[in-house]
Amino acid sequence: MDIFLQQLINGLTVGSLYALVALGYTMVYGVMKLINFAHGDLVALSAFAGLTIYVQIFGEAKSSLFLVLGVFIITALLIAVVGVLLERLAYRPLRMAPRLSAVVSALGASLVIQNAIMLIWGPNMKIFPSNLFPSTIWTVHNVVFTFTQVMIMGVSAVLMIGLYIFINKTKMGTAIRATAIDQDAAKLMGINVNRVIMIIFIIGSSLGAVAGLFIGINYRGITFDMGWMYGLNAFVAAIMGGIGNIPGAMFGGILLGLFNAMISGYISSEWAQTFTFVLLIVILIFRPTGILGETIAEKV
Amino acid sequence: MSENKILLEIKDLHVSYGAIKAIKGIDLHVNKGEVVAILGANGAGKTTTLRTISGLLRSNSGEILFNGKNITKTPAHNIVNLGMSHSPEGRRVFGTLSTEENLLMGAYILKKYDPKTLDWIYNILPRLKERRKQLAGTLSGGEQQMLAIGRSIMSNPKLLILDEPSLGLAPVLVKVIFKAIKEISKSGVTVLLVEQNAKAALKLADRGYVLELGKISYEGSSEELLNSKTIQEAYLGKKK
Repeated sequence: MDIFLQQLINGLTVGSLYALVALGYTMVYGVMKLINFAHGDLVALSAFAGLTIYVQIFGEAKSSLFLVLGVFIITALLIAVVGVLLERLAYRPLRMAPRLSAVVSALGASLVIQNAIMLIWGPNMKIFPSNLFPSTIWTVHNVVFTFTQVMIMGVSAVLMIGLYIFINKTKMGTAIRATAIDQDAAKLMGINVNRVIMIIFIIGSSLGAVAGLFIGINYRGITFDMGWMYGLNAFVAAIMGGIGNIPGAMFGGILLGLFNAMISGYISSEWAQTFTFVLLIVILIFRPTGILGETIAEKV
Repeated sequence: MSENKILLEIKDLHVSYGAIKAIKGIDLHVNKGEVVAILGANGAGKTTTLRTISGLLRSNSGEILFNGKNITKTPAHNIVNLGMSHSPEGRRVFGTLSTEENLLMGAYILKKYDPKTLDWIYNILPRLKERRKQLAGTLSGGEQQMLAIGRSIMSNPKLLILDEPSLGLAPVLVKVIFKAIKEISKSGVTVLLVEQNAKAALKLADRGYVLELGKISYEGSSEELLNSKTIQEAYLGKKK
């Protein structure tokens, strides 16, 4: 039972990170029908950029939560700008091209960002300082929580609830949903589709940036190619939940995190990745459009 | 007629899909307050003409003037802001949004939707009010058409463009739809209508154009068109 509860906490932590990253994949897919393969690399870029910002700008100051919040905000803004540029340079020129061209462009953009990180920060692992968050640890019935884990779960939950309200309850959110359904019809409502796409990239990239920083703070070691691993897991999570579906990405991320943690706890962490794909295959056999991905019958 | 009576004017419009010429130089105009019908067979270029007017397609040459302003190169979403609304062929309602959310999207360009317009739409198309909370994708074809029309007048447009509003509907629903269009026209909205149901369209319209293979082959008042032998044989199903 102790193992179960401990892995539940670990699973929710990593699951929250997957969910944040998965939202970026699913929102871009929902509107543009494009898998933004460079999204995982934005997560990695965020970890490196955030580390530099912390060390360079705030390095001498004593770490405080307020200061860390500043690092999060600056990094998220920076990555949002990179995300918007990525769309302008790699995807917008191919908006009318066959989908395969855009996929190739996405893979190319992924390599460009990965290599840019390697050129700027070098090929070796960088280590996050351990003092960004207090090293407080709570133990409840033999289950250990760190301050960082609580922050990851809490901040992710707030961001996801905020996003859910924005998408479902606001005019701009409804316009985003409308654009995802039918771009031409959205234009006829007066919706500026380019602006919607820009907003999608801003939101997706900033959520990814938050995840990237949390990964650095929680696991400490970051490498230029780490975006691939997190990107792949988050992408799988988005598909499990139903790609294009926002609650699906949240659910898929948490589910995958929990599943991974349970496999690691009860079987072996070596096998976690293998079982991830077994789970994906099983889900797709029974729910080809993902767990929450429903296709409603269109009346003709 | 004086210039400022004209709401929409099209001069020598040419549109192609790649190498295929769909519209080969058409001129037409719509006066303020009028209902104008464009008739024609499948593939004549009716939908292409409408999509070019509302900015979804780009013309190769020619001019489109709306309310005196050249909109030939204006993006579709900005044209809506000028007071033109286009209810597209095939209804194109947002299936996973509720009926009311669809209507509110119709008022996207307004800071806040006009509750009077919404009430008025619920009044002339009461079925929409009953289906308010229902997802648009689960409505019947006729209800979706009602929704498409309602959605397109939520922005209080000057010109309403309707593409095949009666397509695929049962006769009883066609009546409901045409009655609603008549109400909209009476409220002062100018209407440009593409229809295969030529008889119903001409009954409603003041004037009509007949489009054949990308060119206007005939134009005149609705009465003239209804009484013309050629039109009767080709579009009104009367035997020689």
